[in-house]
Amino acid sequence: MLTFVGLGLYGVKDISVRGLEAVRSADIVYLESYTSRLMGSSIKEMEDFFRKKVHPLSRDDVERGREYIEEARERNVVFLTAGDPMVATTHVDLRIEAMKKGIETRVIHGQSIIAAAPGLLGLQAYKFGKTGSIPYPEEGFRPTTPYKVMLDNLKTGLHTLFLLDIKEEGRYMNPAEAVELLLEMGKNLGDETFNDESLVCAISRAGSDEPGIWCGRAKEALRRDFGPPLHCIVVPGNLHFMEEEALEMWMEE
Amino acid sequence: MRKPEKIRNIGIAAHIDHGKTTLSDNLIAGAGMMSEEMAGKQLVLDFDEQEQARGITINAANASMVHEFKGDTYLINLIDTPGHVDFGGDVTRAMRAVDGAIVVVCGVEGIMPQTETVIRQALKERVKPVLFINKVDRLINELKVTPEEMQQRFVKIVTNVNRLIARYAPEEHKKDWQVKIEDGTVAFGSAYHNWAISVPFMKKTGITFKDIYEYNSKEEKSAIRELAKKSPIHEVLLDMVIEHLPSPIVAQKYRIPNIWRGDLESPIGKAMTHADPDGPVAMMVTKIILDPHAGEVAVGRLFSGTIKKGMELRIVGMPKKNRVQQVSFSVGADRVQVEEIVAGNIVSLVGMKDAIAGSTLTSDEDMEAFEEMKHYSEPVVTVALEAKHMKDLPKLVEVLRAVSKADPSIQVQINQETGEHLMSGMGELHLEITIYRIEHEHGVEVKASPPIVVYRESVERNSGAPFEGKSPNKHNRFYIVVEPLEEAVVDAIHEGDIPSDEKIKNPKELAKKLEELGMSREEAKGVKAIRGQNMFLDMTKGIQYLHETMELCIQAFEEVVNRGPLANEKLMGVKVKLMDAKLHEDSIHRGPAQVIPAVRNGIYGAICNGNRILLEPMQKAFIDVPQELMGTVTREMQQRRGTILDIQQDGATSKIIAKAPVAEMFGFAGAIRSVTGGRALWSTENSGFERVPRELQDKIVREIRTRKGLKPEPYDAAYYSE
Repeated sequence: MLTFVGLGLYGVKDISVRGLEAVRSADIVYLESYTSRLMGSSIKEMEDFFRKKVHPLSRDDVERGREYIEEARERNVVFLTAGDPMVATTHVDLRIEAMKKGIETRVIHGQSIIAAAPGLLGLQAYKFGKTGSIPYPEEGFRPTTPYKVMLDNLKTGLHTLFLLDIKEEGRYMNPAEAVELLLEMGKNLGDETFNDESLVCAISRAGSDEPGIWCGRAKEALRRDFGPPLHCIVVPGNLHFMEEEALEMWMEE
Repeated sequence: MRKPEKIRNIGIAAHIDHGKTTLSDNLIAGAGMMSEEMAGKQLVLDFDEQEQARGITINAANASMVHEFKGDTYLINLIDTPGHVDFGGDVTRAMRAVDGAIVVVCGVEGIMPQTETVIRQALKERVKPVLFINKVDRLINELKVTPEEMQQRFVKIVTNVNRLIARYAPEEHKKDWQVKIEDGTVAFGSAYHNWAISVPFMKKTGITFKDIYEYNSKEEKSAIRELAKKSPIHEVLLDMVIEHLPSPIVAQKYRIPNIWRGDLESPIGKAMTHADPDGPVAMMVTKIILDPHAGEVAVGRLFSGTIKKGMELRIVGMPKKNRVQQVSFSVGADRVQVEEIVAGNIVSLVGMKDAIAGSTLTSDEDMEAFEEMKHYSEPVVTVALEAKHMKDLPKLVEVLRAVSKADPSIQVQINQETGEHLMSGMGELHLEITIYRIEHEHGVEVKASPPIVVYRESVERNSGAPFEGKSPNKHNRFYIVVEPLEEAVVDAIHEGDIPSDEKIKNPKELAKKLEELGMSREEAKGVKAIRGQNMFLDMTKGIQYLHETMELCIQAFEEVVNRGPLANEKLMGVKVKLMDAKLHEDSIHRGPAQVIPAVRNGIYGAICNGNRILLEPMQKAFIDVPQELMGTVTREMQQRRGTILDIQQDGATSKIIAKAPVAEMFGFAGAIRSVTGGRALWSTENSGFERVPRELQDKIVREIRTRKGLKPEPYDAAYYSE
């Protein structure tokens, strides 16, 4: 049995009770830690809390190795992911591969940023369009897709949630960098829909006791320190008056 | 020299041993820049110790000399070029600096393969030729030809040279650049004995053909010296040069459009076509010389403006300007410093530390670079170098950088796995000489591995159904087909008619050219990148997000071109077609870490399905031996996997033309000397890459892979579909 368990948003205690039971009864526990991170706990803390050895997997292990799928034929294997295993990160391919091999699988959900971000900001979850991710540019790779996703959403008045890049070596994109990249994409596309004066929201450390919630102009985001990771940003579309009221709570005077 | 119409920039081009360096020395001696006595004893242009020891010219060196003609004083800048095939790159570069060339052909041997190569190189650069038939004394004294036979020989050589001119000259000069004995564009004589004669000189002095024959037939040495006084080689040839080769003013009008793609109507364009000394500076560096005192000296042709000491010049493509510390003319190994030099001259500059052979130097802020110089040959042999003493390691890195800067046909790479420095060049001799220089001129003792052949990988046929390359996260898929690139296209890239290894500047023009070469219109329009003699084509239609990914696809293609799947050797003649792609919508899931491996595996897998083949460099060998040794030589060649292409009889001499793999030709010099008792005259010429015999491929691949520390067997297609 291969069980995908979501760890939830921040601390070690964000795992569901069913998830915890699955971990405790597992023969072996793997942790995928490169697409997202539980910022509020170390592997040591997890092991102490779960009373189980946790084996971290690098991107290479997850994408190339895949021995753990075969392992699940005979044993109970748990595959831990921050957030929900099937939402922001895309591990559905692992499940399909296991199913094709005739290996039993199940999913135990965790809280996802997809739900938490609207909740924290007070925006209505059903009014979000397609989610975008903003990658760090690299040589030969300066995508403008995220900006186009936002434009499409704005056309129908929808909000856009942006997830921000995480590099394996421990680099986390912050909202200031993300806003700067979005402005740059606009320039490259010759579009000014998103500009210095545009409204933008940032959520930092969602799921922790002291999450950072902020709303303001793009130009203000550029020079703001948002504190430790993880972060995400939202570009709001048309606002319902209740939403407007909520956002005002997070604006600086 | 402020009058460009009184300048001639010339080169001397010839097959090895046809007497080029002796001719240069006697021209320089005659022009009075050094004593006549010295010229006999010391080969001025062969100033490198190595060159003297081997009796061949390695570097293209320069000399400036003065000559009186019809009451006017002319400046003649002469560049000597190497004749050995291993140094072909130097010949190409030297041709860029000159407007005219004296083609030297040995009257005994006639047209030889490299005669054709150098004539072709000259004409491609729009350098006008005149002909000097050398070693006429040997015809008379050794071969005892009759005056009639001698004339027949000359006519044959002239006809053959004109045939080459008709074939390779630019369209507008195919006729007017033909050389003729009657009009004085042909001279003949003996560089060694310092005399020459031409029809105009005969008319001027009254010397007859019969006189020449008689002077040469006489026993006494004084006779030939008398001829050299009456009809000195420098008079005859420099007259010919001034009369028939163009001045910079004349030549730059038609040469600039050939070597520079900028706007000819712009101020700098006009200044260059008119060799205007008052225009902006525009110079092309053709060579970097390492001077023991001054360091790196940039030598090249000044096409416009005036270069003064202290001036700051932009090196196109480099961020910072360099200051001119010295300006000079060259006289053999010496340089004569001056305050300034004007357009039309060949100039040596100290202080251009960022320049390499091929750099464009200018005072203009926006000037476009000169066209790259086209090479006819690519490196085929590599040695691994190590510093003998650990402490020299940092110095070795520096020296190798300097060496490859001075000689762009040397390529240096570091093997990431072993940390060895790999130095590649045009042949065994080329590398031997470079190593000699590293040790003696730069003072770094090195250990060199035995020479290793540079191979190429290719495909035998179309790979069939598109091969699916998956990204590590499995969310992106690329579908690839490979096939052999059309031969006409491969040749056009090789000849430099289709630019490679740069951004495609004009896709429409490129597509048109490719279509003319036999590619389908659809494919010709899809070309996204050309690397080496390989192409990457996008054959997909309307795939969303693909344009964001194209740069990464090209990066993957580059990686594969540099490291083929068979033995990590470079690819050659492969056409890679992207047929379809499935991409993740969210860009974060299709970054470099995903796309590059996906495309790379797709290409590798397709190459496996197209049947991988290994190509090896080939060499043609031209061997002259006494007839009775013909069998010995043929056997020697056959032992080296050689094939005999042609055998000609010329009196008691057999001329054997054979072709053999470079890998088998190592140590040929020693072997041929010992089996023929030193009685063979030979030369070689690189002759492209050919498929390794099927039965040897697996063995060679295993050897290369083991040497590189790879698993001995290459991976199969299934490995790349994971």
